Amino acid sequence: MTRTAERAAERTAERPGDRIFSALSRGSGIALLVIMAAIAVFLAIRAAIAISRDEGNFLTTFEWDANADPPVFGIAVLLFGTVVSSVIAMAIAVPVATGIALFISHYAPRRVAATFSYLVDLLAAVPSIIYGLWGALYLVPRMGGLYDWLDQFFGWTGIFAYDGTPARSLMTVGILLAIMILPIITSVTREVFRQTPKSNQEAALALGATRWEVIRMTVLPFSRSGIISASMLGLGRALGETMAVATVLSPSFLINASLLESGGATFAQNIASQFKEAGSMGRDALIASGLVLFLLTLLVNGAARLIIARRKEYSGTAA
Amino acid sequence: MAKRIDVNGLTAYYGTHRAIEDITMHVEPGAVTAFIGPSGCGKSTFLRTLNRMHEVTPGGRVEGKVLLDNEDLYGPGVDPVSVRRTVGMVFQRPNPFPTMSIYDNVAAGLKLNGTRYKKSELDDIVEKNLRAANLWNEVKDRLARPGAGLSGGQQQRLCIARATAVEPDVLLMDEPCSALDPISTLAIEDLIDKLKTRYTIVIVTHNMQQAARVSDRTAFFNLAAIGQPGKLIEIDATQKIFRNPSVQATEDYISGRFG
Repeated sequence: MTRTAERAAERTAERPGDRIFSALSRGSGIALLVIMAAIAVFLAIRAAIAISRDEGNFLTTFEWDANADPPVFGIAVLLFGTVVSSVIAMAIAVPVATGIALFISHYAPRRVAATFSYLVDLLAAVPSIIYGLWGALYLVPRMGGLYDWLDQFFGWTGIFAYDGTPARSLMTVGILLAIMILPIITSVTREVFRQTPKSNQEAALALGATRWEVIRMTVLPFSRSGIISASMLGLGRALGETMAVATVLSPSFLINASLLESGGATFAQNIASQFKEAGSMGRDALIASGLVLFLLTLLVNGAARLIIARRKEYSGTAA
Repeated sequence: MAKRIDVNGLTAYYGTHRAIEDITMHVEPGAVTAFIGPSGCGKSTFLRTLNRMHEVTPGGRVEGKVLLDNEDLYGPGVDPVSVRRTVGMVFQRPNPFPTMSIYDNVAAGLKLNGTRYKKSELDDIVEKNLRAANLWNEVKDRLARPGAGLSGGQQQRLCIARATAVEPDVLLMDEPCSALDPISTLAIEDLIDKLKTRYTIVIVTHNMQQAARVSDRTAFFNLAAIGQPGKLIEIDATQKIFRNPSVQATEDYISGRFG
C-alpha cells in the first residue's frame, strides 16, 4: 500500500509538466520575497543615511528643508495629513461602498445590478490624475457651501472651523480620495456579499426575517472579514495616492486645527512635489518619508489581519 | 399550537414553467404528514409554497389557496414574513448560521422583528428548545462555541431547535436526514415523533422506510414525464398507502418498480 503510494508519488514528480509548473510557481514565490527585500533594503539604507544627517527631529519637526545645509526635516505634518485624509476617505467610502454593494447584490433587479456593476468598474478605470483635475477644477470651487454648513453647526469643535479660503484642504482631499477608493471597496464587497450561502439566507427568511434582517443576520456577519479586506485595499490606495492629492492640496508644512483650512501635506504628495528639485540629500530624506509610509501600510494591514483572525471560527469559512 | 392546513387548487410556477399543478389536500394538525415521490415531482416546491418560501426563488409564483386554520396564506395584505414566523422550516442540508454561536443560533429568530427579551428569558428559551431537540446534554458546556463546529446530525438538531424557538404552528422539513448518517437520522426521527404533539409536521423524504416510520399520513406525488408538472396522486393514512394504496402508480413506486 505505502509502496504503491510512494511509487505513484515518484511517477508524478517525474512528469515534466508538473515539474515545470512547480518550478514556475515556486520561482514566483521567491521573486516576491526578493522584490520585497530589495525594496525594504533600499528604503532602509537611504533612509538611514538621511535620518542620521537630519538636524531636526525626524518624527516631530514641522519642517521640510532637506536641501538646506544642514538639512532639517520631519514627518509629523506628512503623517498627520496622510492619516487624516485617509481616515476621512474611509469614513465616507466604506459605508457608501457597502451600501452600493448591498444594493447591487441584494436589492436591485438583475439588469439594474449589472448596469451598476459596470458603472462601478468604470469609475475604477479613471486615472488618478483625472480625479485630481476634476477635484481641483470642479470640486474645490463647489465645496464652499458644505464648508459653510459644517462651520455653522460644528465650527465650535475647532476641527470644522472655516474662514472662506479656497477649499484646497485635507477635507476636500479626503472626499476626493473617498470617491477614488469607492470602486475597489464596492466591487470586492459585492463579490463577498454574493458568496453568502443561499442556504443561510433562506434559513433566516424561514425564521421570519425581513430582507434587512436577512442581511443583518447572514450577509453582513458572513462578509465581515471581506469588508475589512476590501477596506484595507481602499485604505492602501488612499494612503499612497499621489497625483490627485498633489493636484488638489495647496501644500504647506503646518498642522491646521481645522480640517477645512487650506494646506497640509501627505507622504506621497510631498514626494511627488519635491522630488524634481531635490538634491541627493533631499531625495534620501524623501525616501525616509517613503519608508514611514511603507511601515504605516504594513501596520494597517497587520492590524486588519489580527481583527480577521480573532473571529476566524465564526467567519463561516471553517464550515 | 398545531394548526390544520387546507390546500385548494394550488399551482406553482417557476417563470412560465409549472412545477406543480392543481393540488388539493389537507394536512392534519398535530400529526406527521410525509410527502414522497420521485425526483422532480415537485414535493419540495409544494412544501415551500406552504410557508411562502417558493416566491423567494426568482420567477416563483403561486395560484390557488393555502389555508392555515381557515386563514389564506396568500390572501391580500398577508405579509410573507409573518407567515414564515408561524410556519417554520428545516432544510435538507443543516444550515446553522456560521457566524453565530450555538446559543445565538437558537436565539436568532427571537431577536427578529424588533422583539426584546431579557437575558434570563432567552436563556430559558434556548435551554428548553435545545432540550426539546435532544441536543442540550451534548452542547450545554459549549453554548458559546460556533454552531458550525458540531457534527452534521447535531447541526440539524440545532436547526430544529432554532426553528422551534420562535414557536411556529407548523414545522416543514425538506428531506432533513438526506445529508446525515443512519445514527443521526434515527435521532432526528425520534425527535420528529416527540415534536408532533406540539406542531403540525410536514416532511419531504426520499426514504420510503422513513416515511413509513415517522408519518401518520403520506402523500404520493408523481409527474407524467420530465418537464411536466408534478401532481398529487393520493394522500391517505400511511398504513394504507404502504399496505394497500388506491392507485396503481403509488403501489408501483412503493414496491420499487420505478422512481
